[in-house]
Amino acid sequence: MLHYSHYIWEIYLTMDLILATWPWYVGGPAIAVVLFLLLFSEKRFGMSTNLKTMCSMAGAGKKIPFFAGDWKANRWGLLVALGAAVGGFIAATYMTNGSVGMIHPDVVTELNQMGISGAGVEFMPPELFGIEALTQPKTLVLLALGGFLIGFGTRYAGGCTSGHAISGLSDLQWPSFVAVIGFFVGGLLMNHLILPYIL
Amino acid sequence: MKRTILYFSIGILFGIIMIKSEAASWFRIYEMFQFKSFHMYGIIGAAVALGVVITQLIKRNNMRSFFGTEIQIAPKPKHIKASLYGGSIFGLGWALTGACPGPIYVLIGAGYLPLLVVFVFALLGTYCYGLLKPRLPH
Repeated sequence: MLHYSHYIWEIYLTMDLILATWPWYVGGPAIAVVLFLLLFSEKRFGMSTNLKTMCSMAGAGKKIPFFAGDWKANRWGLLVALGAAVGGFIAATYMTNGSVGMIHPDVVTELNQMGISGAGVEFMPPELFGIEALTQPKTLVLLALGGFLIGFGTRYAGGCTSGHAISGLSDLQWPSFVAVIGFFVGGLLMNHLILPYIL
Repeated sequence: MKRTILYFSIGILFGIIMIKSEAASWFRIYEMFQFKSFHMYGIIGAAVALGVVITQLIKRNNMRSFFGTEIQIAPKPKHIKASLYGGSIFGLGWALTGACPGPIYVLIGAGYLPLLVVFVFALLGTYCYGLLKPRLPH
């Protein structure tokens, strides 16, 4: 018979796996589980629709037909979004050992040269997402611009990473394939040609 | 009430996954667009590969939901221009902020409050799309 301390050691090892960063082969299938749960709950996996729902809630449908209609039918999505925020809090507060995944050394060097620190050490760059970023006019403009592009682009495309890249591609939808190509056209343009000059 | 808890719980699971897999990390998105790491491609690739199996099994076997109803998967509207133009515009924002619409909520919950700015302007962007929709090519 094994000594009880062995089991404590086992629990410790399991906990450490949960608390450390999950590899892609855990994260990817876990996202497929979310897709599965939503489909079997009579819904679909798509997060950007919530932005439209909130515009409708605020009364945008009175003047703009695009926002008209019963937003209450999409209340479930708002619950998922609220849960996502709570999940983010839980994971960042209680499910971490403070470590983050390794970032490629070339990327770390490049970002440091651009004045962005924390790669491979922190979850997010403090220059952009630390609380002090809220007092930096340039950073605020970048965040606002990025937010606007996300809201405008996802609604124009009819979905985002979850609605098109995961749900749409899983359903072998041609428009989703085109949208994902668009995500990378815009993303590569920003990452390689614009970010180096504006960060 | 039961459904409220169900959707809320699925959201919690999603939020935890986004943080623990680092799919919500600005650094990971930057690294992805630099083609310097397999991580994000592995996540999206594995999710889609399993997603295809799940979706095809549901469709071919006319599977029923947890509530006993037939699962409906609506096709995406065939707006190729809108998908490409809109997708590219979103891509610019994704690479700039590192956030998709889902992770915006996750990161605000995780305490990265500047994402509130991204969120408010994402609402404004969505509103402007609704305003301009009749004049845009689809």
